[in-house]
Amino acid sequence: MNLREASLLGWGLLLLALGLTALGVCVGSAGFENLLQPLLNPLQDPDQTAMAQQIVWDIRLPRTLGAWAAGALLGLAGALAQGLFRNPLADPFLLGSASGASLGVAVALALLGGAVDMLGSSAGSDGGAGGMVGDGLAFTVFGTGWLTRLGLTGAAFVGAVLAVLLTLALSRGVQHTLRLLLAGVVVGVVLGALTQLVLVWSPESLQAMQAFMLGSTAFVGWSACAVMALTWALSSVAGALLARLLDGLSLGEATARSLGLPLTSMRLALVTVLALATGAAVAQTGLIAFVGLAAPHLVRARVKTTHGRLIFLSSLMGGVLLIAADTLARWLIAPQELPVGVLTAVLGGGYLLWLMHRGSHSGSGVI
Amino acid sequence: MTALDRCLLLLWPGLRSGLVALAVLAAASVAHALDVTDERGFRLSLVQPPQRIVSLLPSLTETVCELGACARLVGVDRNSDYPASVRQLPQLGGGLDPNIEAIVALQPELVLLATSSRAGERLRALGLKVLALEPKTHADVKRVLETVGQVLGVPDASRVWRVIDASIQAATQSLPPSVASTRVYFEVNPGPYGAGETSFIGETLTRLGVKNIIPAKLGVFPRLNPEFIVRANPDVIMIGQRSLDSMGQRPGWSHLRAVQAQRVCVFTTAQSDVLVRPGPRMAEGARLMAQCLAEKVGTVKAAAARALPVPVSPAIATPAGRP
Repeated sequence: MNLREASLLGWGLLLLALGLTALGVCVGSAGFENLLQPLLNPLQDPDQTAMAQQIVWDIRLPRTLGAWAAGALLGLAGALAQGLFRNPLADPFLLGSASGASLGVAVALALLGGAVDMLGSSAGSDGGAGGMVGDGLAFTVFGTGWLTRLGLTGAAFVGAVLAVLLTLALSRGVQHTLRLLLAGVVVGVVLGALTQLVLVWSPESLQAMQAFMLGSTAFVGWSACAVMALTWALSSVAGALLARLLDGLSLGEATARSLGLPLTSMRLALVTVLALATGAAVAQTGLIAFVGLAAPHLVRARVKTTHGRLIFLSSLMGGVLLIAADTLARWLIAPQELPVGVLTAVLGGGYLLWLMHRGSHSGSGVI
Repeated sequence: MTALDRCLLLLWPGLRSGLVALAVLAAASVAHALDVTDERGFRLSLVQPPQRIVSLLPSLTETVCELGACARLVGVDRNSDYPASVRQLPQLGGGLDPNIEAIVALQPELVLLATSSRAGERLRALGLKVLALEPKTHADVKRVLETVGQVLGVPDASRVWRVIDASIQAATQSLPPSVASTRVYFEVNPGPYGAGETSFIGETLTRLGVKNIIPAKLGVFPRLNPEFIVRANPDVIMIGQRSLDSMGQRPGWSHLRAVQAQRVCVFTTAQSDVLVRPGPRMAEGARLMAQCLAEKVGTVKAAAARALPVPVSPAIATPAGRP
């Protein structure tokens, strides 16, 4: 029964993802009709056709698929984190990877000489704290060539992975889940404070930083898409292999040990997968709130199943969530765009709340 | 005269015009087959001057227009608002959330953006020609003008700089020598962040011959402890309209010399735009600052000198002493 429900949900989510991909390719600031004409009559104006093809194949398709991959990574990481910590509130960023990524970006921005007049005074006139800081107010630091090559993406990934390593070092390994959790929280707070400090030193990167924190799939190209898809494939395999541990842990630590599971090494592997999946997603798309937290809950609300299936299904659920949010973000105020992170937080939060209340009324709480 | 000579003589006018045409062509291709390395170290080669340009930085938009190529702009970022003609152009998001798709849809031959912009990589990967420039100092403004002039095929870019330079010089000369001892605090943001000596605003202040209360060692645009400003007690405060609202509540500020003597220059939002953009309107910024100094310091000094036999420092001149 469970198996049938689970596979039904899986196929449903896959179909939904396909449909949303098709929809995502049609939505964008350049519109749909404007592109259809040159695509259907390639002989009329080869220039326009080339442009339309580029927009569809090199911009919309990779960012739509990238949104799915990033959502899938976050959903997977969320399921892993909630299983590992045996806590329904756990999210993929719990081990400090989000604040690590932010710090990495802040440092890179400060060293590169941050945002200039694009943030300009008009940004400040919106009432933000930007004020007159902005236009060209930046530091010049020499010898940042390597940083330029690494880019913000690389800096974010390095920051995320280093933060998880720091958490592991502070918790002296993974034997104690509670210690790991606390170390993650501490690392998150301290690195967040360091980020603030860097931003005080180089105020011009403040808004660049904010833009990164909001999360966006606008910069996802085929290479970024490939990186995320590869990471997702690897993490899925690793997740499937490690699901046994999570099933064991859900019965309590003592039971898991009595089952003969190598707790320490499996936990370490789990944390590594968690760090890589979250790091890859954060580095390419910035901080996208709530997908990682909500996806496993949404799956559990539909089917009760083992961790192996839960991981895979919440991965699919995360992908669908983000692809839908991304398409919506491009469509709502077209030709402009909303940051997708804002949308996931609002929609995901609202839906989860509704689910929670519905659950409590019917007496079978989801959370 | 041999037959060959005669033949050559007959053919000469044709040959000559052909040669001239060839020479012009060669010169044209030499002038436009251009290789530029931008500030991120990327090589850009252009066969001919770009006719469709997107600018994602207000100061670069102003630079393009100052070089007389405003008509070649096909799209700008949402903060580019000067000259007025660029407000009609499609807005392609901000510098940080540029709309990649909209930029590509415009099919630009050149995209100008900030060095720190995240869009550069993505646009380059999509096959667009991208030039990343980020003016931060007076020398940068000159260099950016020259680079953009070179890329656009505009020959008199250095003349534009000379005009800016001369205008700043003129602004300096318009000031009475008495302003030399004036100590100025330029606030860019109610953080409070001030303009240090090494910033381009600081460079302008130095050229105007006044003293900046923020020494170079504090950084370009340091975040200041409000106490620092109270202790430095500047003679003149230059501040944006938005900063002014919060100024009244700052502890100790009512006792500042500049506040008591009402030597606070408040710039409107439009004026602030001029002042904080390191672009071709820098000379206008210098004029605004000079005007402020002349109003707040020059006349007080003159009035004080008229009223008293002994010249006093502006520090003890009170509002009552103003004409």
